[in-house]
Amino acid sequence: MKTVLSRVGSYATLALFVFIAVFPISRILTISLRPSDQLLSRSLAVIPDGATLDNYRQLLTETPFLRWLGNSLLVAGVVTITGVALASTAGYALSRHRFTGRKAALSGILVTQMFPATMLLLPLYIVLIELGLINSYIGIVIIYSATALPFCVWQMKGYYDTIPASLEEAARIDGATPWQAFYKVILPLAAPALVITALFSFMSAWNEYVVAAVVLQEVEMFTMPVGLKLFQGSMSSQWGLYAAGSLLVSLPVIALFLVLSRYLISGLTLGAVKG
Amino acid sequence: MLNAPNDAMGVETATLASAPRRAGLSEAARRRWFLAVLLGPTAVIVLAVVAFPFVYNVAISFSNMNIYTLRDWELIGLDQYAAVFREPAFWSVFLKTIVWTVVCVAFHVGLGVLLAVLLHQSFVKGKSAWRVLLIIPWAVPQYITALTWRGEFNFEFGAVNLLIEGLGGSAISWLSDPFTAFVAAIITNVWLGFPFMMVIALGGLQSIPRELYEAAEVDGASAWTQFRTITAPLLRPVMIPAVTLGTIWTFNNINVVWLVSNGGEPNDQTHILVSYVYEAAF
Repeated sequence: MKTVLSRVGSYATLALFVFIAVFPISRILTISLRPSDQLLSRSLAVIPDGATLDNYRQLLTETPFLRWLGNSLLVAGVVTITGVALASTAGYALSRHRFTGRKAALSGILVTQMFPATMLLLPLYIVLIELGLINSYIGIVIIYSATALPFCVWQMKGYYDTIPASLEEAARIDGATPWQAFYKVILPLAAPALVITALFSFMSAWNEYVVAAVVLQEVEMFTMPVGLKLFQGSMSSQWGLYAAGSLLVSLPVIALFLVLSRYLISGLTLGAVKG
Repeated sequence: MLNAPNDAMGVETATLASAPRRAGLSEAARRRWFLAVLLGPTAVIVLAVVAFPFVYNVAISFSNMNIYTLRDWELIGLDQYAAVFREPAFWSVFLKTIVWTVVCVAFHVGLGVLLAVLLHQSFVKGKSAWRVLLIIPWAVPQYITALTWRGEFNFEFGAVNLLIEGLGGSAISWLSDPFTAFVAAIITNVWLGFPFMMVIALGGLQSIPRELYEAAEVDGASAWTQFRTITAPLLRPVMIPAVTLGTIWTFNNINVVWLVSNGGEPNDQTHILVSYVYEAAF
């Protein structure tokens, strides 16, 4: 009896939290399907009366949504490539080589996590003005890469630590240069960690609002977050557009995240335990 | 702590470095080059974006820089700090930041560990399906989470009040009162943060040998005793780095506070330190 109760209780708690986790997403879906005369409805039905794809049509044809999507893909794509290239190499050096300043670099990585981009934004903003990089993607890409890098380097280093050094040794005896030993032997073995690094770099650029809102000033140049906020600002009229846009932007990211979630547990925990 | 797992590696690296030399460069010089190529770009970018502005911030914090003296400021000592500490708003924001961080992280860890422990029980069917559903809040872009929750806290049409009324309570005007707006921001942040801790805790639980629980079972230990004497101590080393990171992230999380309160509404009462600084700067 007691075990039955505890089982029912466990399932009930899990179900409650699944409800809490999924409910806001289902609300976005509902609102995005509402016809424009019913946006302000007090109904809690998941599929609203008179459900229509009108918001999606309007979003794709009458707003700069696709333009913003392209901008965000460009920025996030470049940040991902930069992140993977730089974190995989720097993490490798920190994992395999002793050198002066290594300890300082490792604690420095943790320290950088304590400064939010926001706090550094005013000086960066002044520098970007001086360099003429306001309203351009170059500044944003550099800032995003720098924000994502410390965590990614840390993560890669933790993963390399779990790969035995004897593998490179063997490669070196067979005549490989240090560089070849790294990218032909070790890098392929670190694939799971590379996947996580790519995911994190991508997400940090894809999701960033505050820096983009300051640096990008033309509607044409906006990335997705800044653009969607525009809809939400005038809430009464464009709430449906906002919901449709949010769903279109979130679904691929959620899907990607869920597919990669098995890597997440091993990748993150290994890094954490080693850290 | 950082180097402990790696000590054996030092010896092996030395072996690596003694491989046959190629023409021209000495062994040590070639190793330095290799390291520079590996580390250089990262170091440059991170230093330029993080370290330089930080030093700059420290410098102007001792100066009389304002909008009129943007270019030719000079150092004036500690006056700016004195001004900050005299500002009554600073202390209330500071206090709010502490409350914000402590409450959010406590809920993140509490809920995360609770759900991980429930999910890890051997009788639970469909573990990966549950896990995937529970991870969803982490996967949703943060700004969408924040803006959506802001909509759902709407007095008349938001789902939160509709649910409260449905359960027989009376609607709360969440966003027009400083206290409830702050609570709304905390609820939002708790929602998006617990899956991270759950994933970390799940990873930690998997590394605890089942035999320990079987032995405890034989000794007649209750579920709570098992949690207290086996799960908690063995989970701690895994959770501590995660909690440290989580604390820093929460302390610095501007997205949620800023977007849920629409920039500090009502009356700039809903701020933590980062959003306060952002508001002051732009």
